[in-house]
Amino acid sequence: MATGTHIHGRIGQSIKRHEDARFLRGKGSYLDDFVLPDMLHMAILRSPHAHARLKSIDTAAASAMPGVIAVVTGELMAQHKLAWMPTLSGDTQAVLATDKVRFQGQEVAAVVAETKYQAEDARDAIQVDYEILSAVTSPDGAKAAGAPLIRDDKEGQKDNHIYRWESGNEATTKAAFASAHKVVRLQTFYPRCHPAPLETCGCIADVNGATGKATIYMTSQAPHAIRTVFALVTGLPEQNIRVISPDIGGGFGNKVPVYPGYVVATAASLLIGRPVKWVEDRTENLISTGFARDYHMTGDLAVDKDGKMTALRVHLDSDNGAFFSDAQPSKFKAGLFHIVTGSYDIPTAHVTADGYYTNKAPGGVAYRCSFRVTEASYLIERLVTNAALELGIDQAEFRKRNFIKPEQFPYTSATGWVYDSGDYPKAMDVALEMLGYDDMVKDVAARRKKGEVTGIGIASFTEVVGAGHGAEFDILGLRMFDSAELRVHPTGKALLRMGVKSQGQGHETTFAQIVTEELGIPANDIAVEEGDTDTAPYGLGTYASRSTPVAGAATALVSRKLRDKARKIAAHLLEAAEEDLEWEVGRFYVKGSPDRSKTIQDIAFAAYTNLPEGMEAGLEGVHYYDPPNMTYPFGTYAVVVDIDKGTGQVKVRRMVAVDDCGVRINPMIVEGQIHGGLTEGFGIAFMELITFDADGNCIGSNFMDYLIPTAWETPKFEIGQTVTPSPHHPLGAKGVGESATVGSPAAFVNAVIDALSPYGITNIDMPIGPDKVWAALRSKGVTE
Amino acid sequence: MKVTMRVNGVERSGDVEPRVLLVDFLRTNLRQTGTHIGCDTTSCGACTVLLDGEPVKSCTVLAVQVEGQSITTVEGLAQGATLSPMQDGFHQEHGLQCGFCTPGMMLVGTALLKRNPNPSDEEIRWAISGNICRCTGYMNIVKAIQHAANAQAKVPAGAGAVGGE
Repeated sequence: MATGTHIHGRIGQSIKRHEDARFLRGKGSYLDDFVLPDMLHMAILRSPHAHARLKSIDTAAASAMPGVIAVVTGELMAQHKLAWMPTLSGDTQAVLATDKVRFQGQEVAAVVAETKYQAEDARDAIQVDYEILSAVTSPDGAKAAGAPLIRDDKEGQKDNHIYRWESGNEATTKAAFASAHKVVRLQTFYPRCHPAPLETCGCIADVNGATGKATIYMTSQAPHAIRTVFALVTGLPEQNIRVISPDIGGGFGNKVPVYPGYVVATAASLLIGRPVKWVEDRTENLISTGFARDYHMTGDLAVDKDGKMTALRVHLDSDNGAFFSDAQPSKFKAGLFHIVTGSYDIPTAHVTADGYYTNKAPGGVAYRCSFRVTEASYLIERLVTNAALELGIDQAEFRKRNFIKPEQFPYTSATGWVYDSGDYPKAMDVALEMLGYDDMVKDVAARRKKGEVTGIGIASFTEVVGAGHGAEFDILGLRMFDSAELRVHPTGKALLRMGVKSQGQGHETTFAQIVTEELGIPANDIAVEEGDTDTAPYGLGTYASRSTPVAGAATALVSRKLRDKARKIAAHLLEAAEEDLEWEVGRFYVKGSPDRSKTIQDIAFAAYTNLPEGMEAGLEGVHYYDPPNMTYPFGTYAVVVDIDKGTGQVKVRRMVAVDDCGVRINPMIVEGQIHGGLTEGFGIAFMELITFDADGNCIGSNFMDYLIPTAWETPKFEIGQTVTPSPHHPLGAKGVGESATVGSPAAFVNAVIDALSPYGITNIDMPIGPDKVWAALRSKGVTE
Repeated sequence: MKVTMRVNGVERSGDVEPRVLLVDFLRTNLRQTGTHIGCDTTSCGACTVLLDGEPVKSCTVLAVQVEGQSITTVEGLAQGATLSPMQDGFHQEHGLQCGFCTPGMMLVGTALLKRNPNPSDEEIRWAISGNICRCTGYMNIVKAIQHAANAQAKVPAGAGAVGGE
């Protein structure tokens, strides 16, 4: 029996993924692949207008069309008290419009028919009479005098302001600015973008009229939380709701919220008594489901004469769309944005945020991001490079001068975060070494002398991932813990079930490896299941890079529970005292007599066949892990760009990414996550944009307008690492799935700004297309 | 309308409206669900299949247009339990994460190697540039296709070649 270091799949081994077998053969089970007996299809009619009063809806022609079973309107939903639903941010959202439509793409009616084609045909036959109202498409528009009141449905709502939120210390920050040697300001807009997973959102609702059991197959990153929300929204008893999240074709935050389509399909199935499938198309996905960012930010950085940062002040206006439905912990209106001091030892900071309703899609999800940390990281890293350029200090040197020092951890930031561990100078040194920074600086200077436009961008981000602690972080009051249930079968094989839900992150492999490390069962002998609320233990789901920090910890700890029991069984089998046994991964042996041993497989068999008198049978357990703190992965990214003065085209010549996510469980999977995150960061920096015209028409409503990097545009990345374990995670691991999307946009943009800095250009808002660069250069009189 | 085509080497027929898309025919009528739908606008390539050996986006082909022709889908790549070199390459090089784009990527890679058994990285990137992947950043997909090219170069011509015929 292989033991110790020879066991397949221990932590640190880049074993191939278990989940590949079905995906490679086209045998994955994504939502749209399911067909239930007697299943109907639903299509949603959406508003073509951003803001309009509903005058009438005529469904007669649609109802008479072939195959149509039902046409559902807001009026019908209202009869069942389901026209509105609560959001994850304590607001309300229309399920189907009853009074007004408040964004283009809002759900107005739905058709349920025998086939998808019939449902869509009939949807197009519904006649709606709208009275068009003027639209608000920005926070400035929302606060303008005479702006139309978007949420006239809410009692007491007199304007379009949603919230005021602040963090840090206003007085000490003000004082620090008063005595600053230099203040550098950056006003920048982090535009609206969209996670756009390749699989869109959808569900199949199957309500059994006889038993009342509602089984809902759903593209959900958080099936357990969704079940509870459904129980609260519909009034169905929670034991009668089963949410099954099958294979998910990418999520990136887009599949966290509850969407109106889920509620309508469930109501339709309940009323009709047949399963109802709803799968949105790409345009529906882009114009109506959870967007990201849309933050208008102003940052001021105070610096003393030695180039030390002394204070940070930030204000942001958040464009939340028509309903405040950000998917984020309840206590934090602007998510975790107040991590905005980043990797720097800034003594005082003050952050204020105002949220506004606009006639744009609601959602505010964290697109590959831990609740708005992306916006924060972008702002501080942009501000730091701009300050370095303005002060004439090398941007790497300026960062090093102000980094939180390794010996300062655990470090309490000016806004109250307690960073668990970090070695920022080391990660930067590795990145600079990989890039050949000193030579690159000379290369840039030489090229500029020849008239070339080229520059280097650095970003040294700190992320904050792995929510809870549950007392601080909750979703609708549900504490953000997570879970793992482990069953070791008599033959020594195991089943691990978890409260999180993979969308491509490789959970079936990574979490098996944790069990391997803790119990010595080879990873190939461990099945991992997630996503079925009737079988998996309760958990809050996968987003905000929380699976490894929280559910991974739960997996380690449930394994240790079973190991404790295994020790008792081994002592019984070996006729030795428990304290005389030593554990080596995969077996217990008697101290001093390594030949007298029992493997975990022997022990598992005995757990069902040969137990000590009085012991409960079986080798199974469950653990619910509420982390004591977040984990704080970090890294330094460095980018070199060359810009064509004639066209404004930006070419990424080099991209070095050094990540420190603590202990890496499967390095291959971690690197895959970083590759993907860098690519999404690249897309956000240069291509991806959801914007609106003055009437609130969404521009970016399909993949011809919403540009996603292909293999042709995407740069080749050079990946490096340092390892600074988390002191509080049982394995020393931190989350990593989102670091690269959080950290990289600023690195890309900083490189562009560095390249353009000789011309006095200090800001271009993302996405940086050639048109913007061309116009910026021309505005400074630069021609070919 | 009646339509007949060979799918992964097997003759399949169906009765469809003329407007039915090939991807819907494959997924709904034939229950071959390995071909995915990602965008409906020929932009993402999740629905890529091989039509007489050439990649096409099956969301932009009508089922009736394929009358009498041959289609290869992801279900036709493996030979029994044995993965094709392309599938094995994706496995070995971690060329997939969520798996949604993977069938289209593998089919494009398969067609590329048939035409060009020894492509450069740039040629691979160009070949797959009609297919979007949101997860991998493409680096490992390029490696996966190179892996398959290397594997095919090591076996006699013809053996290990893939396709539904």
